[in-house]
Amino acid sequence: MLYSDKVLEHFSNPRNVGEIEDADGIGEVGNAKCGDIMKMYIKVDKGIITDVKFKTYGCGAAVATSSMATELIKGKPIEDALKLTNKAVVEALDGLPEVKLHCSVLAEQAIKSALSDYYTKNGIDPLPIVGEIGECEACH
Amino acid sequence: MDKRIIYADNAATTRVSESVLNAMIPYFTEHYGNPSSIYESGREAKKAIEISREKVAAALGCEPREIYFTSCGSEADNWAIRGICESLASKGKNHIITSVFEHHAVLHICKALEKKGIDVTYVPVNEKGLVNPEDIKNAITDKTALVTIMYANNEIGTIQPIDEIALICKEAGVLFHTDAVQAVGHVDIDVKKQNIDMLSVSGHKIHAQKGIGALYVRKGISLPNFIYGGAQERNRRAGTENVPAIVGFGVAIEEATKNIAAKNEKIIKMRNRLIDGILQIPQTRLNGDRDKRLPGNSNISIEGIEGESLLLMLDMNGICASSGSACTSGSLDPSHVLLAIGLKHEVAHGSLRLSINEETTDEDIDYILEILPGIVTRLRDMSPLWEKIKKN
Repeated sequence: MLYSDKVLEHFSNPRNVGEIEDADGIGEVGNAKCGDIMKMYIKVDKGIITDVKFKTYGCGAAVATSSMATELIKGKPIEDALKLTNKAVVEALDGLPEVKLHCSVLAEQAIKSALSDYYTKNGIDPLPIVGEIGECEACH
Repeated sequence: MDKRIIYADNAATTRVSESVLNAMIPYFTEHYGNPSSIYESGREAKKAIEISREKVAAALGCEPREIYFTSCGSEADNWAIRGICESLASKGKNHIITSVFEHHAVLHICKALEKKGIDVTYVPVNEKGLVNPEDIKNAITDKTALVTIMYANNEIGTIQPIDEIALICKEAGVLFHTDAVQAVGHVDIDVKKQNIDMLSVSGHKIHAQKGIGALYVRKGISLPNFIYGGAQERNRRAGTENVPAIVGFGVAIEEATKNIAAKNEKIIKMRNRLIDGILQIPQTRLNGDRDKRLPGNSNISIEGIEGESLLLMLDMNGICASSGSACTSGSLDPSHVLLAIGLKHEVAHGSLRLSINEETTDEDIDYILEILPGIVTRLRDMSPLWEKIKKN
């Protein structure tokens, strides 16, 4: 199985690793049984995602997609983050091996899960905005 | 400066040794004749094959005519299991006994045979990775055609009670096959004394090239042809022989099986230091029985991290290793071997196999023990699973 140089670069030097103590939204997806857990923390100011951090338990692709996803939404309006697809994450990483595509799905879901939490905390029903966050198909 | 490479994945494959390579070279460019030909370069090739066969036979304690060269260990496994089922099905024998943690070369042919109406019993292994011979005894019926149990496990290195199992089979009048791909060259094997009817071996695990193996079949056992065609391999496996590979395999098995005890003493010492060193890391466990295991094998689960990430980080530091995580097995589940010994999925995902051999040095062990803890800390620091484990 071959990873692109970009995947390996993001894996060996992941961006935005860590936690945000006073996060405005926290999302966690995946499970230990499947071997992937992504936890995403966001800070939002006036509709802009001003900071984002992640912690990931998982394979090289899981770490790299988390890292890339945080880069793609940092400093961007929430609307842009909501539109981020797993495909965009994969493209930004110069592709992923077929068997690893579910990791990119997890990254998209982690962002959506953090945004849902943000809306919930602000008394807004996230469902009409964020939509259903499906479970990782590969795991079920 | 060249990047330092520590190759600690000898259970996956090994380096071709200089003596093996040198022995092979003349059979590419000098004695390249077809071994079935009458002229000299063909005769030389044929002679070399038979010398190699003698070497393999001597290493296993059987007669040369009982050795059939194959393209790999998997082929040998497939041939033995499928062949016996085919030839004994007409006698009403339609039952195979194997274990849950065999190599896929055995498990997948058994699964395929199940679809064709063969009954297969998969005996369990205990938490130390050992088959209980009593389970085999209890599973044998008058329909049993074959018992196939691996000599040593490829992931956790546990050495099975082959002598006891083989004796049970002999007394019950059931054929016994063993996949000894991981064991040959690391433990003393004598198929006659041990009552083994069939045995699979592979070249590239003992410093020969990839693409060569052999199946030992005790004379008198009727095994259908594997490939129909020419008269090669006593008519049972047609196809022009891979002469250089066969020659290299002969040299490799001869070298691997001499002085096993002396070689093992050194390897076991290093292996134990490696295991003890890694177990210093909190929340780790050794997988498989500590004593009844191959000299070079260590398999340790490191909680809170995932195996593939670990392997990538080790690779960045020049260390070649393997893991039983789902991501490295290419499926959604972690290794069936680790699940069979009772590990939870998340503990199996964090497994690390380091398989050393006589080429490993004390400095290599030092280096691994120096590098590994830092990598584990780094991965655990970014793992939400480790966070949860710590809280509990």
